[in-house]
Amino acid sequence: MMKKIDRRNFLKGGLAGTAALAVTGKATSGKAASFEGYPDSMGVLVDLTKCVGCRTCEAACNKEQGLPEPAKPFNDTSVFDETGHGGMPRQPTEKAYTVVNRYDTESGGPVYRKIQCNHCNEPGCLTSCFVNAYTKTPEGAVIYDPKVCVGCRTCMIACPFHIPAYSYSSTINPIIKKCIFCYDTRLKFGRPPACVEACPQEVMVFGKRADLLRLARQRIKENPNKYIDHIYGEKEMGGTSWLYLSGVPFEEVGFNTTLGNEPVISYVKEFLGIVPMVLTIWPALFTGFHLLATRKEEAEAGKKDNNKGEGGRS
Amino acid sequence: MNRMLEKGFRPIDTLHKPDGTPWSFKEKMMLGLSPQEYWAAQLRNPFNWILAAIFAVGTPIIVGRFIFGLGWATHGSYDYPWGLLLGWGLFVMVPLSASGFMMGTTVELFGRKDFKPIERLGLLNGLLGYFFAVVFLQVDLGQPWRLIYPMFVSLGPAAVLFLVAWHVATYLSVQIAELIPAVSEWMGWPKAKRFIKQIVIGLTVAGIILSTLHQGALGALFTYAPGKVHPLWYSSAFQWFHFLCSAIFAGLSMLIVVSTLTKWFMRWRCDETFLKSLDRLTVGIAKGAALALVTYLVIKFIGVAHDNDWKYLFSGWGQWFMFEIALGVIVPLVLFTSAVRNNNATTARWAALFAVLGIALNRLNTSLVTFNWNLYQEIPHWREFVITITVYATYILVYRAVLARLPILFTWKDKS
Repeated sequence: MMKKIDRRNFLKGGLAGTAALAVTGKATSGKAASFEGYPDSMGVLVDLTKCVGCRTCEAACNKEQGLPEPAKPFNDTSVFDETGHGGMPRQPTEKAYTVVNRYDTESGGPVYRKIQCNHCNEPGCLTSCFVNAYTKTPEGAVIYDPKVCVGCRTCMIACPFHIPAYSYSSTINPIIKKCIFCYDTRLKFGRPPACVEACPQEVMVFGKRADLLRLARQRIKENPNKYIDHIYGEKEMGGTSWLYLSGVPFEEVGFNTTLGNEPVISYVKEFLGIVPMVLTIWPALFTGFHLLATRKEEAEAGKKDNNKGEGGRS
Repeated sequence: MNRMLEKGFRPIDTLHKPDGTPWSFKEKMMLGLSPQEYWAAQLRNPFNWILAAIFAVGTPIIVGRFIFGLGWATHGSYDYPWGLLLGWGLFVMVPLSASGFMMGTTVELFGRKDFKPIERLGLLNGLLGYFFAVVFLQVDLGQPWRLIYPMFVSLGPAAVLFLVAWHVATYLSVQIAELIPAVSEWMGWPKAKRFIKQIVIGLTVAGIILSTLHQGALGALFTYAPGKVHPLWYSSAFQWFHFLCSAIFAGLSMLIVVSTLTKWFMRWRCDETFLKSLDRLTVGIAKGAALALVTYLVIKFIGVAHDNDWKYLFSGWGQWFMFEIALGVIVPLVLFTSAVRNNNATTARWAALFAVLGIALNRLNTSLVTFNWNLYQEIPHWREFVITITVYATYILVYRAVLARLPILFTWKDKS
């Protein structure tokens, strides 16, 4: 695991790094694919069966992160009927790093779901960033350095959960905005994020990811009729720090259940693997083609030399 | 300008006037005409009026983008972070500019000196295409002034875009170097040309490496989005090769299209060697394009088979996929093959047009149309169209200006 970090640091060397990258990338691909997160990484277990949609977590996030005041107050439940761009349900934005949505499920009754960055073990955003702005901290947070963000928005392409938002409205300093697990103000000091602490229903449990997985399994085991037998985020996209339990099928509450268990980087590796081959094989191969293609001219020149030589001798 | 040729106008193709005095830089810029004649000729050209109209509408919009931000100019959303500016400006422009490394390889590396008359056009098409792809990128980046960050400030070498950034930057320098001989003839700097001649094989091989990787990398950028790009346009294993292989016929076809346009509209600037050899060269290029097309067709279906995506072929998206393959691959493949068999340059030109349109469709399908196929469709903001057309018009303007001056379509008379 630490090897991966060393690799990243080691490679901060420009062009030579590009070549080396794919070599090492290939060599350690087996290990990288099985990276299951830092051993003491923290996480949050969200139990959807307990959420009542009070939006207290949204308010807490807004306050903690110093975000602008929303158009509608946080106790206004009419926002659940809003749809965003393209008719999509509400999603985190540059002004709200977490949102709660209501889903009217077939299995009866509304179910509420809190959405924020899931803090992947092997984040797609991190692997796609060409200025290395993202960091997965040992505590489990996926944070980013807005000072180096160029605004290419590849991380938004790469995020399977559609999480990173972009401040399109800013001209001078548009940057990526997303949940950072309250890293600077709380997680770093071992404290739970603001949303978890504020929740009056104890929907969320903050703890070591490994412990949370055990807790989730225990809850499913003790109440097999209450929960779907799946922990969303345990394996999805290589595993995430935020985990979900649900009483209704996950796809009914807006989860993408077709993502698979491979982290994004697994899909990109096939290309990264060819990079060193092209860099090392092409020069000799194409210079060879050149020699082959121009061999007649060379032979002509050689003949002339020989003729001259013979002429000299006779 | 074609008509002026009939009236006895002879464009500059040597460093010295008939009386032996050298052309000044200003005279060379004015094509050897007096300023009055030059501007009169420009005003007579209806195409210039079209360009003027485009700039009149487009320039304020581009300025507006930098004053009011991307949110004003584009439909950039959280689901569709990339719109038409990159869809067209990067993903379509770059494959259409692959002609540079193709012609460099043909002439310098494979020693096919018979393609020499069209080599420089291929190189220039490459250089300008890449340069304007960077211009498009600069309009689209949130903070364009940080363009050099991935190079010098904060490096993320594990990212595919890092490779694209470095390769496009180095390849731009390689292409500038490859065109220095044309500039050196025009300026009268023989030393520069001799120097490039010494390193031309190195430059060409560098061009092949960089092109292989960054054309492929543009495809690999989409491998970051499994599930977002429709499975028929997505292949984790072959995406890079789909993009690389299609760039080969795209670049060659673009070269045929551009050479056809210059033959019609800039005949005054072409010399006899270029005009006489063009039909033969077009058929020659058609051979290469046909080979790339058939390879692409096979690997496309291997991609479908590899991921077992056959079931999608019968959906609506599948129809759209088959349409793209039919229009952009099979039609040009048949036409190119026929052109080669019958030695018919006109058929090859039609084939090239279809191939160029087909590749544009493919790249827009991958980056925009089928992107988020299971969410909703995004239609780019009208200002994105205006900006795209304006930047593309600038590309055409610069392209034409260079062709009118540097020895691209004609051979410089002075021996260096």
